[in-house]
Amino acid sequence: MKNPENLLYAESHEWLKVEGSEGIVGITDFAQDSLGDITFIELPQVGESFSKGQEMGTVESVKAASDIYMPCDCEVIAVNEEALNNPEIVNKDPFGNGWLIRVAIKGSTDGLLNVQDYAGKCVH
Amino acid sequence: MPYIPHTPEELQEMLGVIGVNSLDDLFADIKPDMRPKSFNLPEGKSEAELTAYFEKMAGKNKTDFISFLGAGYYDHYIPKAVDALSSRGEFLTSYTPYQPEVSQGTLQSIFEYQTAVCRLLDMDCTNASLFDVGHALFEAGMMAARQTKRSTWVVDEAINPIWRKMLATYSAKQEMNIVTVPHIDGKSDKNGLMKAIDDTCAAVLVQNPNFFGAIDDFTELFSKAKEHKALGIISVYPVMQSVLKTPGEMGADIAVAEGQSLGMPLAFGGPYLGIIACKKDYIRQMPGRIVGKTKDLNGKEGFVLTLQAREQHIRRAKATSNICSNQGLCALRSIIHMALLGPEGLKRTAETSMCRARSLADKLTKLPQVSLLNNAPFGNEFAVKLPKNAEEIAEKMAEKGYLCGFPAGQYYQGMDNVLLVSCTEKNTEEQINSFVETLGGLL
Amino acid sequence: MRTLFDKSAKGRTAVVPAMPEKQAGDMLPQNLLRAKPAHLPELSELDVIRHFTENSHKNFSVDGNFYPLGSCTMKYNAKVLEHIAALPGFTQIHPLIAQLKNGEQYTQGALQAVYEAEQLLCEINGMKAFTMQPMSGANGEFTGVMLIAAYHKDKGNKKTKIIVPDSAHGTNPASAMMAGYEVVNIPSVDGMVDPDVLEKNLTDDVAALMMTCPNTLGLFERNLPKIVEKLRKIDALLYYDGANLNAIMGKMRVGDVGFDVVHLNLHKTMGTPHGGGGPGSGAVGVSERLVPYLPVGRVEKTAEGTYRLNFDYPKSIGYIAPFLGNFSVYVKALAYISRLGKEGIPRAAEYAVLNANYLRKKMESFLTVPFDRICMHEFVSTPPEGMKALDLAKALLEYGIHAPTIYFPLIVHECLMFEPTETENKDTLDNLVTLMQEFVEKGKQDPSFLQQMPLTTPLRRLDETLAARSMVLKQEEE
Repeated sequence: MKNPENLLYAESHEWLKVEGSEGIVGITDFAQDSLGDITFIELPQVGESFSKGQEMGTVESVKAASDIYMPCDCEVIAVNEEALNNPEIVNKDPFGNGWLIRVAIKGSTDGLLNVQDYAGKCVH
Repeated sequence: MPYIPHTPEELQEMLGVIGVNSLDDLFADIKPDMRPKSFNLPEGKSEAELTAYFEKMAGKNKTDFISFLGAGYYDHYIPKAVDALSSRGEFLTSYTPYQPEVSQGTLQSIFEYQTAVCRLLDMDCTNASLFDVGHALFEAGMMAARQTKRSTWVVDEAINPIWRKMLATYSAKQEMNIVTVPHIDGKSDKNGLMKAIDDTCAAVLVQNPNFFGAIDDFTELFSKAKEHKALGIISVYPVMQSVLKTPGEMGADIAVAEGQSLGMPLAFGGPYLGIIACKKDYIRQMPGRIVGKTKDLNGKEGFVLTLQAREQHIRRAKATSNICSNQGLCALRSIIHMALLGPEGLKRTAETSMCRARSLADKLTKLPQVSLLNNAPFGNEFAVKLPKNAEEIAEKMAEKGYLCGFPAGQYYQGMDNVLLVSCTEKNTEEQINSFVETLGGLL
Repeated sequence: MRTLFDKSAKGRTAVVPAMPEKQAGDMLPQNLLRAKPAHLPELSELDVIRHFTENSHKNFSVDGNFYPLGSCTMKYNAKVLEHIAALPGFTQIHPLIAQLKNGEQYTQGALQAVYEAEQLLCEINGMKAFTMQPMSGANGEFTGVMLIAAYHKDKGNKKTKIIVPDSAHGTNPASAMMAGYEVVNIPSVDGMVDPDVLEKNLTDDVAALMMTCPNTLGLFERNLPKIVEKLRKIDALLYYDGANLNAIMGKMRVGDVGFDVVHLNLHKTMGTPHGGGGPGSGAVGVSERLVPYLPVGRVEKTAEGTYRLNFDYPKSIGYIAPFLGNFSVYVKALAYISRLGKEGIPRAAEYAVLNANYLRKKMESFLTVPFDRICMHEFVSTPPEGMKALDLAKALLEYGIHAPTIYFPLIVHECLMFEPTETENKDTLDNLVTLMQEFVEKGKQDPSFLQQMPLTTPLRRLDETLAARSMVLKQEEE
């Protein structure tokens, strides 16, 4: 699966789609592929604030568990309930229906990678 | 060579394949200055010598006491079929069921154990066992701490003091604040416990029946905990649980139990069985192994270890617990025990033990200056006040062949004359009569 | 597959005790009683016997199968040891008897067993004292790290970190966390702790290094003396994970080479079967400076030659077990040591290492063995490119051999880890070699040959994802 051009990426394999002052956060195709079949996702609650790089959730598969880090300073304004209930959609559509949270961005998004630079980070 | 099957010819051939001259050459990495400075073990024994040696050692333990000693660990009858089945090599000498194709025996038995435990305690989920109930109390407390992100435990002083000591030892480096609410004459101080619960509280921990044998209903306490978003944790006695109000009915979030009374001999302290069960909301916080039902590639139903991402072999430092080996064979013994007794058998065991305890209480309290510690309802165990030091009475009774119970003063200040006495269905009226008579002679 | 609950019939009974004179409702107020009985299974005794016998037939076990499961030391455990642990003189003692005033006199045999087990383990490992309280390996690790913490606290040392090599068992970092430490992982280089990497991480706030030696790659740590020296300089302690003791018993004593704490998995090394997951015994040995912190009660021998329990250790970390640990488990270990004795204990290590190296040499022609040197009691290997460790493991099951440990340690790609143990004969090893070679050859020609394995086991390739997603963890009541 190709990494979309219009997203920003963190080295820890989260993506951020900026929509004005808001953003959508998910994990990349590389991340879901490395984990295998995802069985459980834990996400923060609406209203919680995070700083960039802070642990905000967990993704579990049968054989692995991985923490999710917040790509920017922000406050959570919505959580993808569908992903919580059917974690497999993150495997199927990590950049689309498998998004995780919607946030109000509170700071800069400097330091995140563009699609070309992120491609270099996708090695096992 | 005991348990080494190699013939001299095979040894030579194998050394040749490896390309070394002697067995010790295989240890060349261990330099001469790292070799043992001494190794003074006794000579090996033949199997016959070994058996004789240990039979003599075992013979130095007195096993023919007439016993009324419980204090959390009870001598209930264990059907012979428990030993027969649990000592089958297929169960005894198998490993943790990581390869489900060749471990369905163990896995299915654990699933059945999980089912029985949930039904007995009236909870949603459980695991494949912890070490003992003291360990289970700690793990339950940590589940609550993680779930609530709080660090205060409100603990009833009427919880078995040994288990509270374990709780303190295990949590010493977890920066937990343990608020202990004193008991009142062996009864749990429910008002005191209620008052101690506030918005910093992760959980309230109680025991039923409590250490002194008192039976209570903690429904109100747990709903108070819930109001403050704290969890209710209760430790129960599995045999008595066949008749008593369940953790589920009281609204507990996590239930633990010492499973020893479900088919484990007393065996000088172990192995026992740490039971832990919880409501399904907390399953992700559960420590240890859990078995789940699934299907194989042909669609046939079977079992696997599941939710392993919680565990140390995957999550390492972030695991819910460090537990790896558990008390698997003890869990197996307990499900065999429960299957043999069935609901009726377990209930009768509890009721007969209670009948004996009532008979004993009646007779003891007819002795001059002997009275019940409190008026609380009790099951098969209760505390009495004696006119003399209970520890000294216990010593003298032991000399006469009786284990008269546990002197509470050993763990509770100001209770030097209090004796904790229990019965099981194995105690006869004859034993009770001779016990009371002998005790009376010492007062 | 029918469970106990499927086979249950209302009113059927097995071992039902006599009818009590009174029912619970006659003795306790209604509000303290459960509303409905627990729906436990109702079966006849024969039903129960048949059910669990049938269950048992679906298990591999050491008694029935070769079990070359790396890092688990699945050796044969002699039946006489079970007999000894089950002697009524050992099983029919209430643990609190020894805590009654002058109660020790009634449990002298049991206290002697504890004392002798501790003494023999001290001599085997070169330690000053042992505690038998820890109930598993991980429980021993926790105990050991708590002892380290108590030592540093007592000395006024400000220590916050524990170093754990990346090849360590997952229990190491998890145990260190439980004891309140920050875990620093360091990478291995060529299967060894790299002294330079270690050096960089050795700051004054390091409390201890946890080492497994031989490590989980089956390799003896060649830099051991240098590592010990480096840690001594900053008053950091050395923790020895004795999971792999079977490789070195009688060849090296961890106390002699500078370790301060060791836990042993007696259920691996010393005559105690694994019971499908436990119970184990994780006895912990310590050097002189950690003795004051050991868990209580301690068993002591008096001048008169009797044994007593002592709780008077004011610096003790407290209670790890309610009493003296998994007593019946380590009685087997004591009996095992007594049976093998001075000659037999080192011999067990020698033949365990012999068997592992023989297998390694025989398999290196068709598996990649990443470390070409003498291994200890186990070795790691990797299948040819494109072949899965999982598939080879499942193929062995089809032929009645338990799989090796796979995908551990995590640092070896497609890892297959074999530990044959000393109790297996050469024919058994040769059979494994023949099968593995055949699998590799057939797998190269036709990958589906391995992928379809196993064929005739009771079940085949169970769906772990389905289990985790559907979370059916008990049988629902009808």
